[in-house]
Amino acid sequence: MRPPTKFLGTVVLALMATTSAALAESRTLDDVKRHDALRCGVNIGLAGFSAPDDRGRWTGLDADFCRAVASAIFEDPNKVEFIPLSAKERFTALQSGEIDLLSRNTTWTMSRDTSQGLTFVGTTYYDGQGFMVRKALGVTSVDELAGASICMQTGTTNELNVADYFRTRGLTYNPVVFEKNEEAVAAYNLGRCDAYTTDTSGLYSQRIKLADPDENVVLEQIISKEPLGPAVRQGDDQWAKLVQWTLFAWLNAEDLGVTQSNVDETLKTGSPQVRRLLGQEGEFGKDIGLKNDWAYQVVRNVGNYGESFERNVGKGSRLNIARGYNKLWKDGGLHYAPPIR
Amino acid sequence: MASAGTEGTRSKLSYDWLYDPKTRGIIFQIALLAGVAALFIEIALNTAANLKAQNIATGFGFLERTSGFDIAQTLVPYSSTSTYAQVFWVGLTNTLLVAVLGIVLATILGFVIGLARLSDNWLAARLATTYVEIVRNVPLLLQLLAWYFVLLVVLPSGQNPLRLPFGIAINDRGIYLPAPIWEPGFGAVLIAAIAGIAGAVAIGIWAKRKRLATGQQVPAFWYALAAIVAPPLLVFLALGAPLSFADPHQGRFNLEGGIVLLPELLALLLGLTLYTAAFIAEIVRSGIQAVPRGQKEAAAALGLRPWQVQRLVVIPQAMRVIIPPLTNQFLNLTKNSSLAVAIAYPDLVSVFAGTVLNQTNQAVEVILITMGVYLGLSLLTALLMNWFNARMALVER
Repeated sequence: MRPPTKFLGTVVLALMATTSAALAESRTLDDVKRHDALRCGVNIGLAGFSAPDDRGRWTGLDADFCRAVASAIFEDPNKVEFIPLSAKERFTALQSGEIDLLSRNTTWTMSRDTSQGLTFVGTTYYDGQGFMVRKALGVTSVDELAGASICMQTGTTNELNVADYFRTRGLTYNPVVFEKNEEAVAAYNLGRCDAYTTDTSGLYSQRIKLADPDENVVLEQIISKEPLGPAVRQGDDQWAKLVQWTLFAWLNAEDLGVTQSNVDETLKTGSPQVRRLLGQEGEFGKDIGLKNDWAYQVVRNVGNYGESFERNVGKGSRLNIARGYNKLWKDGGLHYAPPIR
Repeated sequence: MASAGTEGTRSKLSYDWLYDPKTRGIIFQIALLAGVAALFIEIALNTAANLKAQNIATGFGFLERTSGFDIAQTLVPYSSTSTYAQVFWVGLTNTLLVAVLGIVLATILGFVIGLARLSDNWLAARLATTYVEIVRNVPLLLQLLAWYFVLLVVLPSGQNPLRLPFGIAINDRGIYLPAPIWEPGFGAVLIAAIAGIAGAVAIGIWAKRKRLATGQQVPAFWYALAAIVAPPLLVFLALGAPLSFADPHQGRFNLEGGIVLLPELLALLLGLTLYTAAFIAEIVRSGIQAVPRGQKEAAAALGLRPWQVQRLVVIPQAMRVIIPPLTNQFLNLTKNSSLAVAIAYPDLVSVFAGTVLNQTNQAVEVILITMGVYLGLSLLTALLMNWFNARMALVER
């Protein structure tokens, strides 16, 4: 780690960014190639999204997206320089050019997308405020929680979202509002509340810390929109398109049934859509400044979106998050990538 | 002095004026006052300018906006469609509830423990000392959290409440009491009760006059008790008991209906009472020990019984020592009640300086109002206690 130089670098680059922004147009890809690695901003440690494992390797859905972009550019998923960032540092790091891509469970909102110099290219995880209840209660939807006691943290939008939700439906509930999240979870664990509410990804990571995780269930329903997605600097359309279509290729690979294990086979037997995705027909890769087999490299090195999801946050992980809204549209989810043609 | 002789004569007049201690005192005080005033004006102007530059709304208009959130315990009418101003009243009454109950309970417990510390009974004295030493020396926040989580562990679960007679039920969601339903005619019972209390006061005055005039003791306490209890009871029975109770019943998650004492309120009261009582006990002990031993012996020599010695001779004198520091403890308890948010009790700091501040972002206004409330409460308590102290003080002739 080199915090002082990194901080200095951020400051200097932040100053430079104001003058060099116009010159930086369409240069990001060249910069990345010259640097011979993608500089990717990730969370300092959020299990399932980006966190170093016991061997110091960054793992998680957000980290995998960094690898996918590196594979598309370099045909090598390891040409990523992971730069852990706090919530406060993340936008400055991107604006100043310290990182090329921000893949750090960041909610896509209008003000961030328009007034803070960022461009969001899509959604990698549809998050939202959810509820955790004890299995024994037999509750399956939020509406059934009418009359229940709900533990939550003060100073968050969660409090207001719950109030809005129940007020809109004319239902009542008993809020139990704590200053700190730890006490809210502890009180829920001791039976003070029937339900505990926060963002769904937070619910899952709190659940594995409970006394008996399997006795608690996170409801599928969410009551607020928190789309988490990768962002790039505004002003470099070519780079934004490259990152965006890498995400779409990641999703389309799952849609077309192309996986890490069968990608080499499908090269021979694929349908026209698969052939376009893997670069055997058309010049789609060249149009975004890459080689034609960019998407093939993504799937071969990282797998498709669904594989990465299950490996990091889904059934293959300790978090065991249900796909829910993160299924493909054809399975009842929200992920819908435009076709490659 | 030597230099004053040579140069000082030329401007003797101005030197006199400048070196006059009284004049200098006034000049320095005016300068200090102006400096402090300038500092505060600068802070106020600077704050206003910065808020404007950052495009942060100012003013108290937000108080009229809809709050949009629910509160677990409301002593005044409130729903999520109420205004922020009503949130303020809910928070204030919740704070007052816990402060007043806490002060009463801590005072009673503190006096008992303070007397126990001076007891001749070895066990009682040691237990009281141990209690005071442990409770005074553990941070209050930790005690509150401990009591809260102990309560949650000890109380029966929400689905299996402990049922007591008279429709009372206890679980980890609170203590549920039957809610009284006033039926027509209950007003007459209340009027009878008020008349009874007035009668009791009259009996007290009459008994005192009689004692002072003739020296005869009247069992005034029993007469007064009869005056308070009998009239409302007779009216109540005569009107055919115009009162019924709504028992709490089991809903899907919680007991519903009835009056609920939240576990957060119980834990906060328990924590504040036990903590403050330890300090009050020490104040009571020191107050009683401050009464000269001769007073006690003289009272005993006059033939007063031990409890009469305490009630008529020792405690009235001890009170003069006790009241001023006791006032401090009452103020402390009120201010400490702002730790409530840690265990989810919806007091003023939690709902107003917490949720409302977060929703409106008008930190300056919200914090100013909240500070004003605590200042007001403290000054009011101090005023009442000073009045009480003046009444108890030694009358010097």
